[in-house]
Amino acid sequence: MTALVEMTGIEKSFPGVHALSRARFDLNAGEVHALMGENGAGKSTLMKILAGVYTRDAGEIRLNGEPVEIKSPHEAQKLGITIIHQELSLMRHLTAAQNIFIGREPRTFGGLLLDEKKLNAQAAAIFHSMHLVLDPRVVVETLTIAKQQMVEIAKALSFNSRVLIMDEPTAALNDAEIAELFAIIAKLKAEGVGIVYISHKMDEIKRIADRVTVMRDGEFVGTVPAATTPIETIISMMVGRTLTNETATAPARADAPIALEIRGFRRGKEIRDVSFSVRKGEILGLAGLMGAGRTEVARAIFGADPVEAGEIFVDGKQVAIRAPRDAVRAGIGYLSEDRKHFGLITGMDVRNNVAMASIERFTSRGGVLREDKMRDAAVKFIRQLTIKTPSDTQEARLLSGGNQQKVVIAKWLLRDCPILIFDEPTRGIDVGAKSEIYKLLNSLAAQGRAIIMISSELPEILRLSHRIAVMCEGRLTGVLPGGSSQEEIMRLATQRQSSVEEAA
Amino acid sequence: MTEARTEVLPSTLANFRGSPLYHRLLAFSGLIVLFLGFSIASPNFYQTANVINILQATSVNGVLAVAATLVIISGGIDLSVGTLMTFCSVMAGVFMTYWGLPMWIGVPGALLVGLASGSVSGFFIAKLKIPPFIATLGMMLIYKGVSLAICGAKPIYFTGVEGFTKISTGSVIGAIIPALPIPNGVVVLFAVAGIAAFILTRTALGRFTFAMGSNEEALRLSGVNIDAWKIAIYALAGAICGVAGILIASRINSAQPSIGQGYELDAIAAVVIGGTSLAGGRGTMLGTMIGALIISVVANGLRILSVPQEWQIVVTGSIIIIAVYGDILRGRARKA
Repeated sequence: MTALVEMTGIEKSFPGVHALSRARFDLNAGEVHALMGENGAGKSTLMKILAGVYTRDAGEIRLNGEPVEIKSPHEAQKLGITIIHQELSLMRHLTAAQNIFIGREPRTFGGLLLDEKKLNAQAAAIFHSMHLVLDPRVVVETLTIAKQQMVEIAKALSFNSRVLIMDEPTAALNDAEIAELFAIIAKLKAEGVGIVYISHKMDEIKRIADRVTVMRDGEFVGTVPAATTPIETIISMMVGRTLTNETATAPARADAPIALEIRGFRRGKEIRDVSFSVRKGEILGLAGLMGAGRTEVARAIFGADPVEAGEIFVDGKQVAIRAPRDAVRAGIGYLSEDRKHFGLITGMDVRNNVAMASIERFTSRGGVLREDKMRDAAVKFIRQLTIKTPSDTQEARLLSGGNQQKVVIAKWLLRDCPILIFDEPTRGIDVGAKSEIYKLLNSLAAQGRAIIMISSELPEILRLSHRIAVMCEGRLTGVLPGGSSQEEIMRLATQRQSSVEEAA
Repeated sequence: MTEARTEVLPSTLANFRGSPLYHRLLAFSGLIVLFLGFSIASPNFYQTANVINILQATSVNGVLAVAATLVIISGGIDLSVGTLMTFCSVMAGVFMTYWGLPMWIGVPGALLVGLASGSVSGFFIAKLKIPPFIATLGMMLIYKGVSLAICGAKPIYFTGVEGFTKISTGSVIGAIIPALPIPNGVVVLFAVAGIAAFILTRTALGRFTFAMGSNEEALRLSGVNIDAWKIAIYALAGAICGVAGILIASRINSAQPSIGQGYELDAIAAVVIGGTSLAGGRGTMLGTMIGALIISVVANGLRILSVPQEWQIVVTGSIIIIAVYGDILRGRARKA
C-alpha cells in the first residue's frame, strides 16, 4: 500500500540552528500518527514544511507516491494538506464563519457582493457535523481559546483535507472538550483522512494514535505502534535516556510565615470573592477548568488588570497594587501563560529579556547600561537553567517553547522575587523539559519562595502542590491538602453555582 | 563565558545578512552611489562649498528626524515635530525679542518649551490612551495655531539679539581649521544624533524604547512603568524639536510662524529610508542620518542638474518606496 504522505531526508536550517537533519515521516490514510519529541526536536518545523509554511533545504516529499513541491500554504491546501497551528491563526475581529471561509466567501449578485447568509449557513453546517453548538456570527475574539480551536478545526474541515496536521490541539482544552475533539478525530479517521497529531500528552497518544514517530534534535529516532509500546519506551526515545518519575513532594510547611494573602478579590462574573494565602516555601496549586478565573485572579494579584474590590497582604503588611510595577516592587513575579504575547519581547535577545525586569540593577550612575554585567547575568542563567541557545545575543523568538519559558523564569529569578506566580508553566513544553521545570519549581520553593502555580493538568498539580486551591466560575470552591485525589479536585472544579447550566 | 562566546561563531555569518549593520551598509552604499553619480554628472556637485550646503540643508530636517526616530522605534508616531519646531522658535522670539531676555536664557527656554510640549503629547498618549497618530495630529494643529496667534501671524525678528545667527551659520570649526568651514548647525545635528544614539543604545530609556515598540504588554508585565517612560520619550523628542526650532530661527534670523507643517513628513521619510520600522522595535540613528542625507543629496543634486522642483519631489517619493522595498527584501532574506 502506498503511503498517503512520505517525507524522506528532509533538511532545514535557520540562522544559527540546524533544525532538521535527514528527518523522515510517513502517514497512511485513515490513521492518526502521533509525532513526538522534546521542544526543539523539530516536530513543528517538519510539519510546517509539509504544510508549505517553510520550504525545505533538501529531501523529498511524496503524496500518494508522487513527488510534490509544496511552496506555500495555499499549494498545500490545494493538495489537501491543512495545518492547525499551535498558536491560533484566526482573525480576531471577524466572525467564526468569516474566518472559516476567508477568501472563499460565497458570492451573490454576479459575484459583486458577499452572501453573508449562505456563508453563515455553510459554517453552521460544518459546526453541526462536528456536533458543536456555536453561532457562526459570533466574533472570534469573544470566544474562549477552546472554542477558537474548534473554529480552526472547522476551517480545516471546510477544505475537505486529506491530511490534517494538529499541533498540540488540546493544550488549551478541558476534558469535555478534549473528548469532543477526539470524537471529531475518530470521525475524520473513519472517512480516510490522515491525521498528524503533535502532542506531549502521553495519555492522549495512547487513546487516539495508531503509530508514534519520535524525533530528537531534528533527527528521526523511530516509529513504533502506539498501542503496544510502553510509555517509558517512548519517553526514553524522546530524551535519549530513561526518566525516573519522581512524584513525592515534601510536605507543606504549615509553620512557615505567610508570604502572600489576598482577601475578597472581586470583579464582575470573572472573580467572585476569592481569598487565599500562600506560605513561604509552599507551592499552592491553583486548579480549575478553562475559564474558571484562575488566570484572571493571577493577573489581578499582579496588577495587570483592575479589580472592583480586594486586599493584598505581603509578609503581613497590606500593599496597594495598581499596576505590575507595584507588584514587582512588592516582590511578586508573574509568568504568563502566553509567553509570546506577554512574557517575552520576542524581537529582543535573550540577554535583554532576562534583564528586562531588573534594568535598574544594570544601570550605572550616569544612566548608562552595563552590557557586560547583563551578559554575565544572562550567561549565568543560560548555564544554570540549561537554556539551549547559541548565545545570549540570540533573539528570543528563535528559541523553542521550553527554552523561551526558561528565559522568562530567568527574568524573575534575576529579579529575585520572593513570590512567584506561574501560569501554566509547562504549556507546550515536552516531557524532558517539563521535569526540569518541576525540579526548578521544587528548588525555588525549597529556597523559601512562595509559589502559586496555575495548571490545567491535574497530574502536574498533584505532583507539585503542597496545597491545592480549586476554582469554578470565578469562585474559590475549596482548598485541598496536597496528595488529594483527582476526583476530589474535579468535584470542586465542577461545583457550579450559576443559575444557567451550560448546555452539554 | 568564553564558551558562550565561541558558540556564537558558526551563526555569525548567517546572522549578518539579517543584521542592522547589513542594512546600514546598504543604505550607506546607496548614499555613496548617489553622491558619485551626481559628482560624475556635474563637477559643481562635489565642491566643498556645495557639500557644506548639503550638510547645512540637512541640519533642521536631520534633527527633526532624530526626534521622529525615537518615537517611531517606541511604536508610536509624532506628526507634531514640524509645528512644534515652529512653536519653539516663536517662543525663542518671545523670550529674546519681546521680553529682551539674554540668549543664554532664551535658547534653553525654547528647549524647555519643547520638552514640556512633548510631555503633553506623551501624557495624552500614555495616560489618556489617545492613539499617537491622533494625539500628535491634534498637537500639530494646536502648535501651528498658537504660534500664529502669539506673533499675530507676523515673523519675529532676532535682529536685536546679538550673535543669534551664529548658532546656526557661524563656524567654530572653521575658526580653528579654515579649510573646513563647517557651519555650527551641522555640528549641532551630529551632536544631537550622537547623543540620541547613545541614549538609544546605552541607557535604560533607549532599551525600553525598543522593548515598547517590540512588545509593550510584555514590558508592562515585567513591572516597568510604561507610562512614565513613554512620556519621557515624547518629552525628549519635544526637546529635540526645540533644538531644530533654534537652528531654523537662527538660520533665517527670524521665527516664521507659518512654516513647519510638512516638515514632519520629511522627517518621517528620512527615518523610513534609514531602515527604521514604522511598526516599532527596530531602527538606528545612523540609519536616520543616512536617510536625511540621501534626501538632501537628491534635492541638491537634482537642483544642480536643473531638474524642476516638482520632479525632485517625485524622486524623493520614489526613494522612500525603493528603500522600504529593500527593507522588505531584507526581511525575507532573514526568514528564509
